[in-house]
Amino acid sequence: MIKLRGYLKPFAAGLLIAIVLLFGQAMSDLNLPNFMSKIVNIGIQQNGIDSTAPAAISESGMTLIKTFMTDDEKTLVNDNYTLVSSSESNEKGQKYIDLYPSAENKLYVKNNADKSISKSLDDAFGSATGTMMYAMKDFAENPGQSTASNAADNLKEIDLAKLYQMQPMLNMISKQTISNAHDEAIANDATILNQMGIYMTKAFYTELGIDVSHMQTSYIIRIGLFMLTIALLGGAATILVSLISSRIAAGVARNLRKDVFAKIEKFSPNAFGKFSTASLITRCTNDITQIQMLLMIGIRMICYAPIMATGGIIMALKKSVSMSWIIAVAVITLVGLIMIVMAIAMPKFKIMQQLVDKLNLVSRENLSGMMVIRAFATQQHEKDRFEKANDDITKTQLFIGRSMVSLMTGIMLMMNCITLVIVWVGAHQIAASSMQVGDMMAFMQYAMQIIMSFMMISMMFLFVPRAAVSAVRISEVLAVDDLIKDPENPKDFDETKKGLVEFKNVFFRYDNADEDALCDITFTAKPGQTTAIIGSTGSGKSTIANLIMRFYDIRNGEIRVDGVDIRQVAQKDLRSKIGYVPQKGVLLSGTISTNLKYGKKEAADDEIQTAAQVAQAMDFISDNEHKFEAPITQGGTNVSGGQKQRLSIARALVAKPEIYIFDDSFSALDFKTDVALRKALKEHTGDSTVIVVGQRISTIKNAEQIIVLDEGKIVGRGTHKELLKNCDEYYEIASSQLTQEELA
Amino acid sequence: MSEDNKNITAQKRPMGPRPGGGPMAMMPGDKARDFKGSMKKLIGYLGRYKWTILFVLCLAVVSTVFMIVGPKILGKATDELFSGIMNKIAGTGGIDFAKIGTIMLTLVGLYVISASFSYFQGFVMTSVTAKVTYRMRNDICDKMNKLPLKYYDKTTFGDVLSRITNDVDTISQTLNQSLSQIITSLTQLIGIIVMMLTISWQLTLVALLMIPVSMVAVILIVRKSQGHFKSQQKFLGIVNGHVEEMFASHVIVKAFSGEDDSIKTFNNYNESLYKAAWKSNFLSGMIMPITMFIGNLSFVAVCILGGYFTAIGNMTVGGIQAFIQYVRSFTQPITQIANISNILQQTAAASERVFEFLGEEEEVNEDENALSVNYNDDEPDSQTSAHVKDNVTFESVSFGYDADKPVIQNFSADVKLGQKIAIVGPTGAGKTTLVKLLMRFYDVNGGSIKIGGYDIKHFKRDELRKIFGMVLQDTWLYNGTIADNIRYGKLNATDEEVKQAAKAAQVDHFVRTLPEGYNMILNEEANNISQGQKQLLTIARAILADPKILILDEATSSVDTRTEVLIQKAMDNLMKGRTSFVIAHRLSTIRNADLILVINNGDIVEQGTHEELISKGGFYSNLYKSQFEIAG
Repeated sequence: MIKLRGYLKPFAAGLLIAIVLLFGQAMSDLNLPNFMSKIVNIGIQQNGIDSTAPAAISESGMTLIKTFMTDDEKTLVNDNYTLVSSSESNEKGQKYIDLYPSAENKLYVKNNADKSISKSLDDAFGSATGTMMYAMKDFAENPGQSTASNAADNLKEIDLAKLYQMQPMLNMISKQTISNAHDEAIANDATILNQMGIYMTKAFYTELGIDVSHMQTSYIIRIGLFMLTIALLGGAATILVSLISSRIAAGVARNLRKDVFAKIEKFSPNAFGKFSTASLITRCTNDITQIQMLLMIGIRMICYAPIMATGGIIMALKKSVSMSWIIAVAVITLVGLIMIVMAIAMPKFKIMQQLVDKLNLVSRENLSGMMVIRAFATQQHEKDRFEKANDDITKTQLFIGRSMVSLMTGIMLMMNCITLVIVWVGAHQIAASSMQVGDMMAFMQYAMQIIMSFMMISMMFLFVPRAAVSAVRISEVLAVDDLIKDPENPKDFDETKKGLVEFKNVFFRYDNADEDALCDITFTAKPGQTTAIIGSTGSGKSTIANLIMRFYDIRNGEIRVDGVDIRQVAQKDLRSKIGYVPQKGVLLSGTISTNLKYGKKEAADDEIQTAAQVAQAMDFISDNEHKFEAPITQGGTNVSGGQKQRLSIARALVAKPEIYIFDDSFSALDFKTDVALRKALKEHTGDSTVIVVGQRISTIKNAEQIIVLDEGKIVGRGTHKELLKNCDEYYEIASSQLTQEELA
Repeated sequence: MSEDNKNITAQKRPMGPRPGGGPMAMMPGDKARDFKGSMKKLIGYLGRYKWTILFVLCLAVVSTVFMIVGPKILGKATDELFSGIMNKIAGTGGIDFAKIGTIMLTLVGLYVISASFSYFQGFVMTSVTAKVTYRMRNDICDKMNKLPLKYYDKTTFGDVLSRITNDVDTISQTLNQSLSQIITSLTQLIGIIVMMLTISWQLTLVALLMIPVSMVAVILIVRKSQGHFKSQQKFLGIVNGHVEEMFASHVIVKAFSGEDDSIKTFNNYNESLYKAAWKSNFLSGMIMPITMFIGNLSFVAVCILGGYFTAIGNMTVGGIQAFIQYVRSFTQPITQIANISNILQQTAAASERVFEFLGEEEEVNEDENALSVNYNDDEPDSQTSAHVKDNVTFESVSFGYDADKPVIQNFSADVKLGQKIAIVGPTGAGKTTLVKLLMRFYDVNGGSIKIGGYDIKHFKRDELRKIFGMVLQDTWLYNGTIADNIRYGKLNATDEEVKQAAKAAQVDHFVRTLPEGYNMILNEEANNISQGQKQLLTIARAILADPKILILDEATSSVDTRTEVLIQKAMDNLMKGRTSFVIAHRLSTIRNADLILVINNGDIVEQGTHEELISKGGFYSNLYKSQFEIAG
């Protein structure tokens, strides 16, 4: 996984922007509950009045409240409130009389003050209200004063007019009483006092003729608009992240695919053979798609989850430190629950794929072996095999399904219980005045967001390993060091030795093999002649063909083509000299014509026609209504094996190479075609060197030179007649194919 | 039955929309031709489980209802809290913890009941699904072996495999998740709307207004992204196709130095794929942010309006809290419901394919009292069992894979016990047709084939086929041990019998050189032994089966000469004293044959002995001469 990180480099800027945007998105998601709590706390609970100290207060109001202030508080208030005339205008040019329509001639307005002073002012008004409440209670306890007391015993229905009437009496309350009341008041939490103060402030505002309910609505709408903006910004950020992540993911996938494909395409058959073709295809396709998915989800969710989780924790701590343990417990139990279930179900998940493969295998065998199964009447046996596989898969599915059901139910129940715990604990916190109702509600939302993030993170542990496997498989391909390389300064071919193929004491061993596949091979194939190589399977005859093509490098000795060691020329140049016809006729999708021209793009029509004629392919080509333009499907599935072989022979012929290699290329042809083809071939190849690898004696018996291989060693060489006499291995092969008369 | 059988893979269908199914969600899947019929069949297939399913779905509804009531009740607790704290501030009271506690306990009860119902529901559904899909897969597999070979002429193996995997999976997923999801989503949707209405109809209206907004947004995006998605799939297909083809033809590409061209082509495709991929992923990836955004809008609307209504006394703080919870859980059921029709369509399409397969016509039923083969020489033939020692006769047999295109017309021949019949003809001439008729893989259209005087149609199919031993070029072996594979010819054979058969097939020595000997497991592609060795194993298998009549394919093109000698010896061992039909490639076999059937273009063009045919100077004589020419 780490090995592939280089592929992210070109996208580093985008990635950075995406992360910044994710922060934005997180901020937006996290601030919405915050604003909601403001709406509840200030908008609803405090009627939209956000500071205890009123912005303006009537003269009588000021006198009243000051009655219950300490000297320090009085000084603070005196310093920060100015007595103005209602006809004057404030800095913004608004007339006070317009702002406060019921104001009398003179009123006090709050000066602009910094935050800490505002805070002290709020506290002053809060504690003054509290003091008033307690003082009034004392006062009410005095006999005969009960009428006065009910003016302030309920803050919700405070009656300023009555209080103003009582002002003279209040002035007479002893300093001691007030001081006691003050002490009683400040025993309460500042938040409570401030909220009490809000009630007084509301009364003062009403007195000045301010529409308090309008104030409340406009506060709610103001905050609402904030929320809307934030939601919009958050949404925009999310969409941008989505855009960036799609581009990055698709971009990385594109670059990876490009590199992996080019790398594999350049592989020598030696390196290619280290993997199975199917696995290379998967590495170049599905594995890369996996990486793309990981990146996309990764940027959108995996990066987002930790940001969100941290942000959520910070926000939650801000709301209430003492309640964050709930979140911790919730996260630990939930993640724990997921981990436990996963730990139990994971091994089953892993074997699930194997079981599915097994089921597919059995079904596939049932289909491909249909004739055999019916011929032996073993349907019941097959049924049992299938049922066994089916049973295994069903049991595992059941287990996984049940684990998932438990997990999901567990998570749901847990989430619901967490809300309950938050409300219960929150209720006590609120009772103790250490938080407000809105805060509790916001806390609930944060808790959910944090838990969701952690759940996403734990889901990531499911997803990442799968992509990691893909990443490993991809980097394995990229890390292959192909040992067959072009020389830095390729040599030129020797023009005077055109077509000459020489093996000099060649030793060759496949990677990881214990024994040499070819041992001390020496021979020369001359232009204008046919050199045949014959031997049983595993004798190494096809290996010789592969070595001439430099599909593999030899261990010892030397292979020369046109007088030059093939390791000292460019592979491309070497191969352009050779017309290679493999055992299996491999065609590419396109038309017959594109296939024939594969070795020589610029070949003229008559050239491919001649080649097709020589290869005995003309009859079926002309039978087709599209002739040379007849389409060939992928893998050449629309032509028969024999036709494929003839077309691949024609393909080699078109290029008119110096050297022909026929690697058992006539096996799929019937004898009749075989004979005609070889006759035509002999005339057509002319001065070229022909190397035929084969196992049909009839195919090779006319060769100028026959080399008999056995277990990687040359055990005989000569013509057909000579070999029949002096080579036992050759005679053995011949006797299995020819009649007694022919052997004589 | 060609070489590409080895690479059968289930055909991939575009995986359909699944709730929360990633960026590919919302793409329409296949459509069933007969929606109602397919669904009816599926429901019928569920059998007695459908009542179980109905019952647990009711539980799901109850569970969901309990769950939905939760937030509203929780809101009451918050209200209690709020008014309590307000009273406390105003100095008129305090928080009533007893009352809040009661609410909490009620909720705990509700949630626990809801969870247990939902757990029970999930548990039962999983079991039912497992049972139903188990049965379905078994039925398909059963069917596979009962269908006439004719069926597979027009259906690819991949298609059949895809029914057993993809389609059954789709049905399984629907039963397991989608079905209960649909029910719970519907309940949730209705329940949430009802609950919201009890809190505030104005807010509900706003929340509901958001649905069409988000629907329109989603539909617009889906419509836009569909084109890109399709082109992404198209280019992905092209890229994968190119990769597959180039890797499969690697040697040719190298031999003709086609790498650079190939890479250039690939890069072009890759670039197009990139463009389509990011656009498609971006657009489909936008659905989530947009629904989230619209969810946030609802949230904001609830806060503003709820705040306002609470301020003027029409609502409570707990109401806001409950409403927020409802709005937050509102989008999920909506997206799921939006998918219902897709899910149902897909399920119908999948079950249509499954039931279509299960409903295919099977091999013609055998007569109740069809013949079995009597292997006991002392027992005379009876109504239901017959000895098979006499000749095989073809009486004016005509046959065609398509009834209107006969490939065999009016063919008659009389084969005596122990005779060797060579079937010759050019490659691809249809030499296996006769074999398929003999073993009744196909039925003749006219005339009859008789064994020992009995029409093969009167035999039990399995009994008839047991008469024959078959060694074909397509060496089918399965993923099991070598001993298992040989034993396939006679499942109750002892180890010793297996060994004897292997010896007769000249393969015992080879097997014993293998790492695990007879217990070596052939891998999935059965490519850990060579083609020739595989052929020897199939001969051993046939020897063990000890058939009356043999069907052999001599073609040994991909086998080296030494192995070929072994195979010939093994085949000769096998043919001793048995009537044999040989798809002949060797001159010696042809010359020694009692009857040569010459096949060209699927038709029997000539028949007779070697001498007769040569003197006739027809197709056979030409064919023979061409071989003689090279031999001479």
